[in-house]
Amino acid sequence: MADMAAAGEEPEILFWVGCAGSFDDRYKRVTIAFVRILNHVGIKFAVLGPEEACTGDPARRAGNEFLFQMQAVSNIQVLNGYNVKKIVTACPHCFNTLKNEYPELGGKYEVIHHSQFLQGLINEGRVRVKDGQSFKGRRITFHDSCYLGRANKIYEAPREVLAALDADLVEMKRGRANGLCCGAGGGQYFKEPEPGNKDVNVERVEEALGTGADMIAVACPFCMTMMSDGVKNKNREDSVRVYDIAELIAQKEGL
Amino acid sequence: MDIFQQILFVAALAAAIWYITKRVRLITRAIKLGRPEDRTDNAGERMRVMLLVAFGQKKMFTKPLVGVMHFVIYAGFLIINIEILEIILDGILGTHRLFAPYITPVYPILIDVFEVLAFGVLAVCVAFLCRRFITRVNRLQASRHRELRGWPVSDATIILSAEIFLMIAFLTWNASDSVLRDRGVGHYGELQGIVPDFLVSQYFKPFFTGFSDTALIAYERAAWWLHILGILAFAVYVTYSKHLHIALGFPNVYFSDLQPKGEMQNMPEITKEVQLALGLPLTTEPDGSQENDNGQQPAEIGRFGAKDVYDLKWINLMNAYSCTECGRCTAACPANITGKKLSPRKIMMDTRDRMEDIQRGWQTQGNDFKDDKSLLGDYITAEELNACTTCQACINACPVNINPLDIILQLRRYRVMEESQAPASWNAMFSNIENNMAPWKFSPSDRFNWADQVNESQSK
Ligand code: SF4
Ligand code: SF4
Repeated sequence: MADMAAAGEEPEILFWVGCAGSFDDRYKRVTIAFVRILNHVGIKFAVLGPEEACTGDPARRAGNEFLFQMQAVSNIQVLNGYNVKKIVTACPHCFNTLKNEYPELGGKYEVIHHSQFLQGLINEGRVRVKDGQSFKGRRITFHDSCYLGRANKIYEAPREVLAALDADLVEMKRGRANGLCCGAGGGQYFKEPEPGNKDVNVERVEEALGTGADMIAVACPFCMTMMSDGVKNKNREDSVRVYDIAELIAQKEGL
Repeated sequence: MDIFQQILFVAALAAAIWYITKRVRLITRAIKLGRPEDRTDNAGERMRVMLLVAFGQKKMFTKPLVGVMHFVIYAGFLIINIEILEIILDGILGTHRLFAPYITPVYPILIDVFEVLAFGVLAVCVAFLCRRFITRVNRLQASRHRELRGWPVSDATIILSAEIFLMIAFLTWNASDSVLRDRGVGHYGELQGIVPDFLVSQYFKPFFTGFSDTALIAYERAAWWLHILGILAFAVYVTYSKHLHIALGFPNVYFSDLQPKGEMQNMPEITKEVQLALGLPLTTEPDGSQENDNGQQPAEIGRFGAKDVYDLKWINLMNAYSCTECGRCTAACPANITGKKLSPRKIMMDTRDRMEDIQRGWQTQGNDFKDDKSLLGDYITAEELNACTTCQACINACPVNINPLDIILQLRRYRVMEESQAPASWNAMFSNIENNMAPWKFSPSDRFNWADQVNESQSK
């Protein structure tokens, strides 16, 4: 972003990568896949790079409002400094926070989740599914992320993106508004779960495997980790794969 | 009806009204313990939500069968009130079926509708008891949910039995009345030709044909009195019971959250501190933080987050009084499903229990009553709070738009900001965010490293 600004250019969108998208080895692959799609369709975008900081979501939900607002206010300063108007992010937690919680602190942007963005590209015909990998005959189930679904009522966009793959979409019993959490939200990802009978992600993966799907699609970095761990817990990592919807589109495109 | 009965009736009615008013005052006072918050915006949208969710019972129909059953009780309750109006007027004026001569053609139709509803309510209450005790619906079992042990289960059983009893009294009252009318006894006979047999109670008539006239009159009076006294007692009882939702459900839905479920409420007092810390101009006051809305108290710095019901918002407290203890929230809660201690229903019940303890304190020790207990710690434990994934499934599931998550988050704020009691790994996460601007210990300068791979593996 700094380079573009120095060159006096304005990007169409700012891609908010998020901490997981920047540092988590698995989710970096999603970031890369999404960037390739953006490059492929020729969208002028920018990222903040080292100037981006955690939105503060995990701190806020864990109860540390002070830390959240410190993060938020400095992020807003950076974003407003570059006159950012439109943000796309692959992380539902960043999405929710930027979209719903930053405006009150002075950060008003048009915020789009990458599932909506991809849906838009597909609808406009800018992403045309061709060569690449074929998904014919594969069974895919989509795991709703709480902060995309219940929090912001985005249920259809990721499903429509998956529909472009020509695979068999199978639904879990608890889907959409009734979807079961992966167990990571609200800061749970950053600590051991409280004692119980089982971990939430195991319960969810059992449900996903129950559909007979050989692919679990997610649209959130935390869901990604939780689902992958759950699949490992069931010793099914050889037959069942977890992918982000952006990766599937990139594969289909042969990117 | 003799004047003696009239006096008795008016006395009973007055006692019930007096007692209910007292209870309503007490509950209102308890709700007002909460912090002020403006929930009067968007009247149109609020009305729409109330019509759909409270009046139209929209969320109940996510489970169609239970939805229909609940709807029968609900419609029965609403519509039978018209009949109760006649009963009350009869009681005061000493008349018998006051409305019958005035609305002759519609009267039997009306009573037929009431009777069908009454029978429906009866059947549904029996079905609901079966669900609790025979088919044992999971979310209603005290053996599986500790918050239900003791009073809550008795409360539910008492209510269902009382409703069955009231409906039987109503139907047999109509039946005995019909037999008296057929026989032309006293003022009962006067309605011959005006009031016919009714749809359901006619089948109870054979039971009464063997009765003498005096015995019949005795039964008719007894059933009438039991029915109306039962209703008055029920009305008082409701103020102590989870059945308060029949009244509070409506305002509770009207004032429920309209913003996206994922949005957490801002703390303007913190914004101020952050702006001071970062040397920014203050913005919270001009755009009106809610504390200033009533113009009186300028934002006093209270505690950060909530420790007790006094720190919560009034809507949280109204939520607690509106909770039906149905457990739909708990049945959807990922933490509860996987055996953790957290149950959103318990959060709501604990909040209400806390307020009822305070109410009892007011009554026994005067209005300045304070004790050294608090919602956090004495009722709700850290283990419960820490298990929440903030997934909002509870909010989504609640048929009266209650938000248990809001309470959980406010209590978490208190634990973290006032007591510094976060789990150690959360503290580590906090300090990573503070120092590295990410929840993990990575250097901010590595944030862009992924970019090297964008083209590299593309060419592979
Ligand atoms: S938000 Fe918390 S309490 Fe509510 S269902 Fe989710 S985990 Fe349970
Ligand atoms: S909070 Fe709502 S869903 Fe939960 S028990 Fe109470 S009424 Fe039922």
